[in-house]
Amino acid sequence: MSHHTHEHGGHGGHELSFIRKYIFSTDHKVIGIQYGITSLVFLFIGFCLVMLMRWQLAYPGQPFPWEWVNKWLGEARMPGGVMAPEFYNQLGAMHGTIMIFLGVVPLAVGAFGNYLVPLQVGAQDMAFPKLNMSSYWVYLVGGLVMLFSFFVPGGAAQSGWTSYSPLANVTVPGGETFMSRLLTGQSLWLVGMVFLITSSLLGSINIICTIVQLRAEGLTWMRLPFFCWAQLITSFLLLLAFPPLEAAGIMQLMDRVAGTSFFIPSGLVVSGKELVASGGGSALLWQHLFWFLAHPEVYVLILPALGIVAEIIANNTRKPLWGYKSMVYSAIFLGFMSFIVWAHHMFLTGMGTTINAFFQTTTMIISVPSIIILTALMLSLWGGSIRFTVPMLFALAFLPMFGIGGLTGLPLGLATSDIHLHDTYYVIGHFHYVVAPGTLFALFAGIYYWFPKVTGRRMNDTLGKIHFWISLVAMNGVFFPMFIQGMAGVSRRLYDGGLTYLHAQDVLILNKVMSHSAWLLGAAQLVFIINFFWSIWAGKRVENDNPWEATTLEWATPTPPPHGNFEKIPVVYRGPYEYSPAGARRDFLPQHVPQEA
Amino acid sequence: MSAEIAIPYNDTERPDTGLYNAKLGVWLFLASEVMLFGALFSSYILLRVASDRWEHGADILNVPLATLNTVVLIASSVTMVLSWAALKAHNFARYRRCMGLTFLAGVIFLIVKYIEYSGKLGHGLVPATSTFMAIYFTMTGLHALHVIGGMIVNGYLLGPGAKMWQTEPRRFTNRVEVAGLYWHFVDLVWIFLFPTLYLLPGKGM
Repeated sequence: MSHHTHEHGGHGGHELSFIRKYIFSTDHKVIGIQYGITSLVFLFIGFCLVMLMRWQLAYPGQPFPWEWVNKWLGEARMPGGVMAPEFYNQLGAMHGTIMIFLGVVPLAVGAFGNYLVPLQVGAQDMAFPKLNMSSYWVYLVGGLVMLFSFFVPGGAAQSGWTSYSPLANVTVPGGETFMSRLLTGQSLWLVGMVFLITSSLLGSINIICTIVQLRAEGLTWMRLPFFCWAQLITSFLLLLAFPPLEAAGIMQLMDRVAGTSFFIPSGLVVSGKELVASGGGSALLWQHLFWFLAHPEVYVLILPALGIVAEIIANNTRKPLWGYKSMVYSAIFLGFMSFIVWAHHMFLTGMGTTINAFFQTTTMIISVPSIIILTALMLSLWGGSIRFTVPMLFALAFLPMFGIGGLTGLPLGLATSDIHLHDTYYVIGHFHYVVAPGTLFALFAGIYYWFPKVTGRRMNDTLGKIHFWISLVAMNGVFFPMFIQGMAGVSRRLYDGGLTYLHAQDVLILNKVMSHSAWLLGAAQLVFIINFFWSIWAGKRVENDNPWEATTLEWATPTPPPHGNFEKIPVVYRGPYEYSPAGARRDFLPQHVPQEA
Repeated sequence: MSAEIAIPYNDTERPDTGLYNAKLGVWLFLASEVMLFGALFSSYILLRVASDRWEHGADILNVPLATLNTVVLIASSVTMVLSWAALKAHNFARYRRCMGLTFLAGVIFLIVKYIEYSGKLGHGLVPATSTFMAIYFTMTGLHALHVIGGMIVNGYLLGPGAKMWQTEPRRFTNRVEVAGLYWHFVDLVWIFLFPTLYLLPGKGM
């Protein structure tokens, strides 16, 4: 291992201008950081939207206590300080959209994938650096279009993150002219999605090409870190699952701005009047196309998280991953299967029992590889000398949280039990357990783990632990009561949280528990934000280039890695997790170091 | 850009994969394009099966013009290959002729498409008329956008991008090959669109 005591300012050649170096950079690390910062901002925005909603759910019909927020949002959205139902719908739809498409995926793939994949495969950059830069800027435009949609007449999209037709077709349709139809929340949502899909297309091609073409000498497929495998499979999902949504988006946009009827059935009655349209469309078609994307999307959300957790667990248990090969094969199988389970989101549409039977079978099958991966990660802990670092705490918490999220999905995957649970808070609890204390915890773990490589400084340990413990308690406070409410039959997307429903009365009190937990969770994130910025400038400097004593190639670079990454192109001699090898001097053997004497 | 990093396998093949980077990249891109048009063709099938009336394309669309366009596009695919072969044979002048013809074919295709579209719109046949017209305009419109995209690339390789032939001939030849793969794909989509929209019989009319 190399120790670098000298400063690594700038890079070879002559200096680039500030704009070229930090704004329109083609360096995968700068782009990764751009993705990271932007997606963290979007995550924060998306979280703020839901914290606002949680007020209305806990205290329906009562004015929001912070006057300046009401003033800022205006009378139309918050008449008399009480949230308007239309605004509640906008917040709900945009919370989902922002969290998934602008927050978690860009952070997991855009930031972590961009920054780490070239480092872990021993490459100097991505295969297509300019394409990489454009993928970030296209993503940013898509995000800004989404934010802009809040300010057009009628506000942002209101039909949930799923944008089901025909609801999404007829909500705030706009006026007679083309522009007035285009400048509506739902139409801009579709335009924004087209940008985001294009961005993820460029990004996924880049990641696949980088892993396939730019692997260092000796880095065979079975020596590839699990993180890279996860990114590779994720990229294939993005590449192949997103285009059908793009097709669907184009068709819904045609419905909204050109008056077509792709998703409008004949004789549709809206507000007591028959809708003037050519008709003949199929509302079910939207659901098929949407879920053909959105189910693989679930694995896009979880696979990079599994990759991050695998790296951190191996590093902090000081032993090889248990069942690395099974994990790789499981992940490949998972990626493949994720394309043939989509209609388990549609058991209530009356597709028929034959189709239901097919999709519930594939759904049960896909749970097998997920459980293999989770089991392998748990068994990896066995007999390890565990270091309870902050990243490890998050990674450890990920295991049971993702486990709860996954196992509560089984009753949803069976048509019989799904009929009761469909569209209730149970579903919300289920997928939030997967994505929030699951994926987000893994992403936090990743930030704490790779922060020293990116900045040359560690994040503060105490603040990290405070962040972790409050988040863990608050996350469960938010999401566990949802299972109880859901099983009691409380529907999702209720503006008053179930106040007017008799069957919801016994579980209404949980709304307050969840809301206060959500605000506590928000407070815990302030600790993270403070820690993040404080550590950039004043965190403890790392003592060497490999502070966690890790084995993979990203730790073989100077800190922070300069343009071009490696001082000498590495050669790989062994698998990614050679911790505590027999007979070695130290308890780890990096991939790029020839056998020690 | 100064301080440019030399990415390996930019113009040479990686021995174990047998591909240079851009070739893998374009195949992946085409895979995603297959999913995009595949979703639209699937939608066509689902909408057609679910509806009780469907127009016969030949009754309202202009089959002779579409046939002409089919011939034009197939011819342009041939000239595209020839332009790449010319570079392989180090004949830059022939490359320019063939690539110029490919570009010209794209222009002809779009002009014919414009005549077709204005004919339809002039007769009040707009996307909102029926599901058939909706999918006709959506699919051919998206295809036309792909043709325009290909022409931008081809135009670049014919004009300012051709300078690369002087400095990095191998890489330039690869660029033409990759652009060609895309152009053939656009051609192929049309070959599916033509019978599906113009020739298939209708029902219930």
